[in-house]
Amino acid sequence: MPEERNKEKDECLECKKKDARWRQDFPVEWESDNYVTRREMVKFLALGSLTIAGANAVVAGLPHILKAAEMPRMKVGEISSIPVRGSKLFSYPTKADPCILVRQQNGELVAYSQVCTHLSCAVVHNEQENALFCPCHHGYFSVDEGRPFAGPPTRPLPRIKLEQQGNEIFAVGVEV
Amino acid sequence: MNGADSMEFFIDYSRCIGCKACIQACEECDTHRGVSMIHLETIMRSDSVQTAPQICMHCEDPICAQVCPADAIKKTPDGIVQSSLKPRCIGCSNCVLACPFGVPKYKAEINQMMKCDMCYDRTSIGKRPMCATVCPSGALTFTTREDIERTRQGVAIREWQFGGEVVRTKVNVLVPRSVQKIDVSLEQIGRTTTDEYDVANLLLGD
Repeated sequence: MPEERNKEKDECLECKKKDARWRQDFPVEWESDNYVTRREMVKFLALGSLTIAGANAVVAGLPHILKAAEMPRMKVGEISSIPVRGSKLFSYPTKADPCILVRQQNGELVAYSQVCTHLSCAVVHNEQENALFCPCHHGYFSVDEGRPFAGPPTRPLPRIKLEQQGNEIFAVGVEV
Repeated sequence: MNGADSMEFFIDYSRCIGCKACIQACEECDTHRGVSMIHLETIMRSDSVQTAPQICMHCEDPICAQVCPADAIKKTPDGIVQSSLKPRCIGCSNCVLACPFGVPKYKAEINQMMKCDMCYDRTSIGKRPMCATVCPSGALTFTTREDIERTRQGVAIREWQFGGEVVRTKVNVLVPRSVQKIDVSLEQIGRTTTDEYDVANLLLGD
């Protein structure tokens, strides 16, 4: 036991010396402190690349994950209450998301987000042009597909998926 | 014009007139704007008007950096011991207690130690430190050793003895020619009867 104690004591004295090995990790000199070893550099590059690759994977996968999330099924109204070439306003999926439902000439029902993809004004149905019209900057979207065909908007309106059950219409999802 | 490498800092305590110009100038330094890093000590205040400026002596083996547990104090290749690094300093005041010259200042409002860095923004490009530019009596001088030897009576030394510890500094002090090394004897803590200004007595009180 005394031998072990002496050994510990010697080691303790060793670590207090000016040239003790632990001091190499905490140098007083500025240039030694800023010195980057090859191993540190390689470790930084490898971990940095992995982090960037991981972040890219998350960003790429995020829309799919969000899309997979269940959208609520909400009643929009009844077919009989909407005239042919007429429209109806509703909100989907939350009350803060205004949408517009249009009953076309052929009886087909289509619904889009009412928020213009240019500067977020509310689009309205223009019966004469058979288009969704944004009055702020005179943007036009086709009723068939929601694609812009005149004015400043360049991206189509998000489409609301609909389901019919008898006379009732339900909104079931959003296609971005 | 002398090269920046040959310029050295010299303190002549006996020349200090206590004008505090160095304190004001130190506050103008861009590395710690608004905060003075100079200590202006009074010597036997009740009997004398003598004052002494104390800047960082920039030790060759800085004890402040040796005792720093956060590895926050670094010495640049030109021998200047820098102020603590803000991201590292933990405000433990080890350096404040360890420095034999009493130089580091702990700033509680920013929880960081700050000290004289010999106006590194200036001296690193060959300019004189702020305090040395304004000192009217030459107590703080930044010049060449030849210039000091030619113009001063004393001799410039930079070796100190604190008890058993020898400390070599970058900054010189001017002392009488007979002095080779400044020997600071360590006093035993306890009341002494001979010297009323003894720090131990002052700490003990009446």
